[in-house]
Amino acid sequence: MKEAATFPEKRLDVYTEKNFAENEEGYRKKKWNRRKTIIVLLIVAIGFLAAVCIGGFFCKEAAQVTDFSRKNLPPCLSYPFGTDWLGRDMFARTVRGLSISIIIGVCAATFSAVMAFILGVVSATMGKTADAVVTWFIDLVMGIPHMLLLILICVACGRGLKGVILGVALTHWTSLARLIRGEVLQLKEQIYIKTAKKLGKSNLYIAMKHMVPHLLPQFIVGLVLLFPHAILHESSITFLGFGLSNEQPAIGIILSEAMKYLVTGKWWLALFPGIMLILTVVCFFTTGENLRMLLDPASVHE
Amino acid sequence: MILETRNLSFRYENKGRQILEQFSLQADSNERVGIAAPSGFGKTTLCKLLAGYEQPETGEILLDGKPLQSYKGYCPVQMIWQHPEQAVNPRLRMKSVLEEGDQIDPKLMEKLGIEPDWLNRFPTELSGGELQRFCIARALGKRTRFLLADEISTMLDLITQSQIWHFLIEETQKRGIGMIVVSHDAELVERVCTRVVRMNKQ
Repeated sequence: MKEAATFPEKRLDVYTEKNFAENEEGYRKKKWNRRKTIIVLLIVAIGFLAAVCIGGFFCKEAAQVTDFSRKNLPPCLSYPFGTDWLGRDMFARTVRGLSISIIIGVCAATFSAVMAFILGVVSATMGKTADAVVTWFIDLVMGIPHMLLLILICVACGRGLKGVILGVALTHWTSLARLIRGEVLQLKEQIYIKTAKKLGKSNLYIAMKHMVPHLLPQFIVGLVLLFPHAILHESSITFLGFGLSNEQPAIGIILSEAMKYLVTGKWWLALFPGIMLILTVVCFFTTGENLRMLLDPASVHE
Repeated sequence: MILETRNLSFRYENKGRQILEQFSLQADSNERVGIAAPSGFGKTTLCKLLAGYEQPETGEILLDGKPLQSYKGYCPVQMIWQHPEQAVNPRLRMKSVLEEGDQIDPKLMEKLGIEPDWLNRFPTELSGGELQRFCIARALGKRTRFLLADEISTMLDLITQSQIWHFLIEETQKRGIGMIVVSHDAELVERVCTRVVRMNKQ
């Protein structure tokens, strides 16, 4: 009885006009902020990646100049990342290395994603045998430790740029292929797609009008989220000595060489390139995650 | 035109539950056949078979003496589903949903109470009853000869139900479209149809 008496009072309190207006305003502000944050983050991430790529293009010469008059300098104004034991500018080397990594990442991820898309669609639409074969391959590649297979393919393809790209591409398609396969299988069973067929629509029409708009966002997000993986794996196998050759200022090479000098107190050789690598990976990752949020229909009303 | 099934048997999986056994039915273009049965008697399955969404295990489905499967392209037997929100693509505007039908008469929209403003909306921005009107309009294309209504009015309020049934009776009579009405609501079937068939459990 007592509770029943207080209940309406409480409700009145919550729904006073002032509170309601405040809530409304707060809601609108939040909604506007989130979209804005996503877009700003996207622009910053893409800007950073573009700057590294363009910078790498201009640093090609600077990254290889050796000058013994300036060797082993700690970070200072003219050499923000310091110089190494051969007097090479670490900033130029880092930017150059990162731009190579990004190019490898983009090539490998695109190759991988396209492969995943084709195999996923084939497995979902071409009947039971095709499905069994593709699923078996997915399980096979997923069953072998990532690094091992990557090193194997990379060495078998003759190391260097080609080997790394092929290695990363051939090991990363599995999860996206599985996703696309599941998505297509699910779409095929949708009532609206079956109805379209009964309304006399061709398979091509159904694929373009009904399937592609569903698959494209998944595909793009999958592709962007593959980049950071590709970059990290590229630098790890290069670090282990199975990737790019020693003359190239790849980020993995820089890190593995810096290992030898780390004990003698030259911390800047590994710290700055490492931070830059992480920054690049984080940039790609946030870009992908934000894209997912923008494209995902479930979050439209958030 | 005559839609006819002969000794239809069906089950979803091999050795699964027998859903239909030796079911025969004949319907003419100028009649409205009601099928009343409680849940789980295979009403929706029967509709799927009649509209060609599923293949019967044994028996045949004939439209004017020819197997239904021999009609390529637009299927003259169209089905309206129980859940309209599953029957439209959530990424297409209602305009494009209607375009998928077979040259739909603009007058139909007025008769069904579809507002022009709804055409530019997405399916999630309409209610179930509003979506169902679009599904009905889409199924009433030019080449439709039989209409299967599978519990189409379950989610509607009584006034809308009566509007829609009046419209469907008038429209199908005018164009000579045969209708098969499936419902668990025996009174509705009694009221709408010219003939009622009851399904029995095996």
